[in-house]
Formats: sequence, C-alpha cells, structure tokens
Amino acid sequence: MTALIETLALSKTFTLYGRGGLQLPVFSGIDLSVRAGECLALTGHSGSGKSSLLRCLYGNYAASSGEVRIRHQGVWVSLSSAAPREVFELRRYTLGYVSQFLRVIPRVSALDIVADPLRRIGVPADEARAQAAQWLQSMNLAEHLWHLPPATFSGGEQQRVNIAHGMITAPAVLLLDEPTASLDADNRRVVVNLIRAAREQGSAVVGIFHDDEVRDAVATRTFDVEQYRNAGRTEQESTT
Amino acid sequence: MKPGVLLSARRASKAYVHQGQPRWACRDVSFDLYPGEVLAVVGESGSGKTTLLRLLAARLGCDEGSVHYEVRSDLASEPDHLMDLASMSQAQLRRLARTDWGFVEQHARDGLRMNVSGGANVGERLMALGARNYGQLRSEALSWMARVELDTGRIDDLPGSYSGGMQQRLQIARNLVTQPRLVFMDEPTTGLDVSVQARLLDLLRELVDELQLAAVVVTHDLAVARLLAQRMLVMKDGCVVEQGLTDRVLDDPQHPYTQLLVSSVLTP
Repeated sequence: MTALIETLALSKTFTLYGRGGLQLPVFSGIDLSVRAGECLALTGHSGSGKSSLLRCLYGNYAASSGEVRIRHQGVWVSLSSAAPREVFELRRYTLGYVSQFLRVIPRVSALDIVADPLRRIGVPADEARAQAAQWLQSMNLAEHLWHLPPATFSGGEQQRVNIAHGMITAPAVLLLDEPTASLDADNRRVVVNLIRAAREQGSAVVGIFHDDEVRDAVATRTFDVEQYRNAGRTEQESTT
Repeated sequence: MKPGVLLSARRASKAYVHQGQPRWACRDVSFDLYPGEVLAVVGESGSGKTTLLRLLAARLGCDEGSVHYEVRSDLASEPDHLMDLASMSQAQLRRLARTDWGFVEQHARDGLRMNVSGGANVGERLMALGARNYGQLRSEALSWMARVELDTGRIDDLPGSYSGGMQQRLQIARNLVTQPRLVFMDEPTTGLDVSVQARLLDLLRELVDELQLAAVVVTHDLAVARLLAQRMLVMKDGCVVEQGLTDRVLDDPQHPYTQLLVSSVLTP
C-alpha cells in the first residue's frame, strides 16, 4: 500500500516573544510514514506533544524545521511550502481533521455544519444535507437537535457533530484528536466502527486515543512521541 | 506571472509627508489574491490596513510599487491581462469600481445614498450600467433585499430610517447586485451590536461561499478574520509582519507582534 502522509525530520519549537524569547522545544527529528489502510496511534504522556504533532500534520502549526508531506491526488505536496489556497484545497479533498473541540459558528445548525464539507467539494445542497442527516442518525444524535446550532449541546453531542463533519467526505488522510473522549460506551463503539471502516476504505489515519480499548480496536501501529522530546526540555531564557 | 491571479500587490507603498518628512503609511506590501479567496488584513489602528485597502481599490495611488488587477476582457484592450491600476484611465477605474468590484464601507452612510430609497440604492449600479426597465430594477432590488435578509416591505423607505445592521446589509446588497468578483470591506461589522454582528458575519460567509467572491477584509477583530478569511496579513507600522493561512497565523503566530495581538484577545 502506498504512503499517504509522511514527515521528514519534523521538529517543533515554540518561541514565546512575550516571555523574552523563551524557547519551548516540543519534539524534533520525527520521521513517520502512514500508508493507506493504516491507523497510527500517537502515544505519550499528556504534554508530550501529541496534539502539536497532529496540528503540524494538518498545517495548523508551522513546522519549525523538517517537512510534512501529503499525497494529494497522486502527487506529494509539502505542507510547509504550499500556498494557503493549496493547503485549503488539500484540506477540502484529502486531509481531514477532527479536533478535540468543535468550533461553533453562530447561527449555523448542526446539520449544516456536517453538510458543509460536502458542499465545498461540489455536492448539491439537498444531497449534502441528506448525507449529513444519515451521519447524524448513525451517530445517534437526537433528531430534534439537527436544526439547532450546537453551541448549547453537551460535550458528547458536539463531539459527534465534529466527527461527522470531519469524516463525511471520507478524506484519504484522517487526523483524529481524541475523537471518543467525551462519548459514552455505545457511541464509542459507533466511532470505532467508523474509523475501522475508513481504514478499510483505504484512508491513512493518525490519531490520539486515550482510551486503551479504543486504541487497541482501531490502531495498526503506535508511535511514541515521548521519544522525540528534546532532551531534558531545556527552557532557556534569553536576556531580556 | 502566475496564471489565475486576480489581484496582485507588488511592494505597494504609500507615504504621507509629515513635518517635511515622508512617513510610510504602507510599505512594500506584496501578495497575490486568487478568485474566490478571502484575505483578512489585521492590525491595530494606524497600522496602515485601511491605506492598503485604498491602494488596492485604486482610491489612492501607490508612491512606490504597484497594484495589478486581472481585468475582464470586456473592459480591457487585451483580454485576461493583469493591468497595473496606475496605467488605467479614470473612466476605466470607475467602470471597474462599479461592476467588477464592491466596496463595503465601515460606516454604511458613506457607502449609501441617504436621500434615495433602499430599492434605488440597490438599483443604482445596474442603472449606471444602462438598465432602465423600472419593473426589472425593482424586482432585482427586491430579490437582493430578500437575499441579505432585509424586510422587502421597506424597499421605498429611505436608508436613514433603517437600523445600523440593516443599513450595512443594504450596502452589501448594493455592492453585490452587479455580481462583482472582488469585494473590499473596511471593518464591515465594527460598531454593530454583537447579535447583529453575528448575523451579518454569517450572511457574509454564505454570500462569499455561494458567489465565489474574492474579498479583502480589513478588520481589527481576529474572530472576524477566522470566520471569513482563508488567509491573513498582519500589519504593524505600515509593514506586513506575518502572513499565511488564517488558522495557522492565529494558532501558531510566529512574529512577536502577532503573538502579542493573539494573546491580547479574550476569545480569538
């Protein structure tokens, strides 16, 4: 199977100018490659940089050095050197991301949030809504919530809207940041099945799964981010 | 030259003379905007963002550098050509501003004609293009008023009788009626109540998506930038200090000033 996402000597260090240029190294020298049908689970303690790595893979964080490459319609595209519109195109068609928390847009209903990624790839509004309804149905979101903006939803309800939004276009590369964190056992099982189905359809999945049971059920490999932490996390303060 | 570019700023600069010395209000700003792209320009007051917007919309001329626009073939002598705005005649620029561009002013009163009805405000650009059929103009005005969620029963009222949020929506309808490809917006939601702001933003987001509009939105509100724009420029003292994908700039700002800006807001 072909690799769909890979990193080459990827490093991330935050520089906090408001703190006199404090350097916060997160990780360095990460080489990873995930093929179609694989699910790579990122492991490591809280604060080890798993979410930062995932955000780098999405282009939400800039790589400090090294590279993230995504195979987009058969061609490798480097996230670090791609223009904003190319990153957008990549995200629209190839690269999906389910964040830990749903960013709600005022006034937009749950159904429209889920349908939106389909509309962006040219699916007609009615069909997009119909598919969105199927997703929300399969995720057991009560139907009376579909037409409400999710601002007032519970954490678990928002999370399900978020997952449906991230997975509805079946992106070839799927990034998941604790997709089951606020779900009950039944809904966890639904999400586990969705992830496995995505894998079977040839997606490359990279995720953070705190729940061991979920991780064992979906992951084909694990990747310990801890090992790439910069030695001793030396926090040097430059002269202010 | 890259194919498909709609608007191209190349080291665009503008200076004002202050006590005999030139002071750069905007310096060396370069970027290419593509059709359908929304670019937010953020920075505090005095950072030069409004000057930049005026340079881009040919309301001011560049002192150094240039701004180029891909003029539609029916307006240009050579088709599909990026034309230097400085090389165009006043008549050509006026035509551009009236048809292919929109400009949404911060204060709706500056962008509206206050002494004619709401409907006439929407119809004006069409009339400037030669539309004379009253019935058609009126139905076009009604359909645009409905589209921006204005009460069509107010079509004959003067804009002065509208609320601030309604005036802003009327201004948007007035600009979009000729189906421009590029819209400039100067703080489009500033000064409106929060609830009105949210509705207006949502409307703008939908329109931009639906009509595949390119837009340059000047705002000091980072949440507005996140909601509307795929990419952004951060300006300070007339210069662009950082630019890139909106969520990258806001979530992982690289420049000291951007970090300060992002960390100063309560909920970016």
